[in-house]
Amino acid sequence: MAVIETVGLTKQYPAVTALDNLDVEVGDGVTGLVGANGAGKSTLIKILLGLADATSGTARVLGHDVATEGAAIRALVGYMPEHDCLPADVSASDLVVHMGQMSGLPYAAARERAADVLRHVGLAEERYRPMGGYSTGMKQRAKLAQALVHDPKLVLLDEPTNGLDPSSRDDMLALVQKVGHEFGIAVLVTSHLLGELERVSDHVVVLDSGRLLRASATTEFLHATGSLIVEVQGRPDADRVLGQALVDAGLTARPAEGQLIEVVVKDAATPDVVRDLTVDLGLGLVRMQERHQRIEDVFREGGAGSVQPV
Amino acid sequence: MSSPSEPGAQAPTGVIHDLGYRPYGGPRLGERAVSWSFFLTGLRNTYGLGRSGRSKVLPMGLFGVMLLPALILVGVLVQAKDLLELDSQIVPYSTYPLTTQLLISVFVAAQAPALISRDLRFRTITLYLARPMRRPVYVLVRLASLAAGTFILIASPLLLMYVGGLLADLPAGRETTRFLGAAVGALLLAVLLAGLAALVAALTVRRGMAVAAVIVVLLVSYTVVASIQGISFSTGHESVGEVAGLFSPYTLVNGVQHYLFDSPRATPTPPSSDAMGLLYVAAVLAMAGGSIGALIARYRSVNP
Repeated sequence: MAVIETVGLTKQYPAVTALDNLDVEVGDGVTGLVGANGAGKSTLIKILLGLADATSGTARVLGHDVATEGAAIRALVGYMPEHDCLPADVSASDLVVHMGQMSGLPYAAARERAADVLRHVGLAEERYRPMGGYSTGMKQRAKLAQALVHDPKLVLLDEPTNGLDPSSRDDMLALVQKVGHEFGIAVLVTSHLLGELERVSDHVVVLDSGRLLRASATTEFLHATGSLIVEVQGRPDADRVLGQALVDAGLTARPAEGQLIEVVVKDAATPDVVRDLTVDLGLGLVRMQERHQRIEDVFREGGAGSVQPV
Repeated sequence: MSSPSEPGAQAPTGVIHDLGYRPYGGPRLGERAVSWSFFLTGLRNTYGLGRSGRSKVLPMGLFGVMLLPALILVGVLVQAKDLLELDSQIVPYSTYPLTTQLLISVFVAAQAPALISRDLRFRTITLYLARPMRRPVYVLVRLASLAAGTFILIASPLLLMYVGGLLADLPAGRETTRFLGAAVGALLLAVLLAGLAALVAALTVRRGMAVAAVIVVLLVSYTVVASIQGISFSTGHESVGEVAGLFSPYTLVNGVQHYLFDSPRATPTPPSSDAMGLLYVAAVLAMAGGSIGALIARYRSVNP
């Protein structure tokens, strides 16, 4: 059974269409929901929680209809909002216990679960301090803990890496992966960066202006988008010279932003070819990295016209 | 487990075993139990319990100051009843909340934002809305916590006076009737004040603003009403004062007590006719219902 299933889901605000006839199916494991700001990610989450009504179409979460069984869904689902939601004068421990009780756990069980969950998200002694003094990383952990305290079947994480520095970002992503794979809780995690979700999710759903742009397993994504970014120096037209050489060698290469060259990975030998050609041409290889794909690339590649049915 | 004193076969090691994630298979309580625990948490928070030490100072201090006059009155009553030839409470139960209205207003003004505005300002309300509790239940329980906290503040000194009165051998039957009437009045007053303060606090998200706004609403309305009543009494236009009494929770509830329980007048112009008395009762119901309805309407537009 699909964890989340939407059919023809549409949300019309007076001025904008937030969701446009959306058909999405989300299963177990970690699913990334990617879209630019305003693509309809948060609207979709609110509808899935039963907090906003869809204009038309239906959605089912864990077998419950969002329009009529909102309370049943909210008992089984954990939600981590995108925005700040932590009272400054309460400790993380107190808040998580209280939120556990609000989800129906008896006090003793809520305390035990809160201690467990706070340990899993990595809040140590600071859990007893008022949250007003927390760093962004600690706040995000506390927000995640309150979403997990009642042992939900599904958690909706809205931009959990928002505002984090690179290392906290990696920690949070590792945590998301742990929740989905070790805890056995289905995860729907949103981000506007496809690159970071690729690493942790089993499936990726891409939204654009409320429409489904793409939904596929992450492995397919990687296969379709695997490319290298190469930067060389040594001559003013170094990038063009190397690009031409790469094309002559039978690879697909195109100029990327600035002086960069994007090379499509054909097989495992592609990086070696790039390296050898660079050396042969007497150029200096400044960097060669996997393309950290961003949402814009999906747009460039597929374009908004090529919506694939699920 | 081995204690350090006994030399066991296994040397104690510093390993903490990671049990991994443990799912929860225990009971999950229904809406009633959840609401009750939410109510209790809110009530504790009204007196600063479960919050920082600093936030206990004001409510606890006000509670103490509120009890102080009652304690003195009881002391005088018990010690000097025969000397002063007293045969009833020195200050009637129904007058006490009016005498201490400043303290009550400050309490409500300080604690309504602590309960209501806080959830809105920090957007903690999202976390509540993302849980099974329904939106109107959230509003009603928050209001009930505030009303209960206010009721405790108003009724505690009355209880103290009642117990003191019985110790001083005042007629038990008469005191009980009067005390119960005053307790009903205290409940009405608590509901009205909590409703008004919660509404103002829900409309003013910033805490300092909310405190000031509630104080202004309660104190200004009481001062204006008391002045009008005083003037109308001394100029002989009592009916003007009776109508004016409808516009402050304190005079309104006192009028209801005067009409329903025949308690001694605490304002210059209590309702004198049945029609006016019924109007007072209707005004209490309308004010309570109106503020609850307005609160629920206000929260309908809160986006998670």
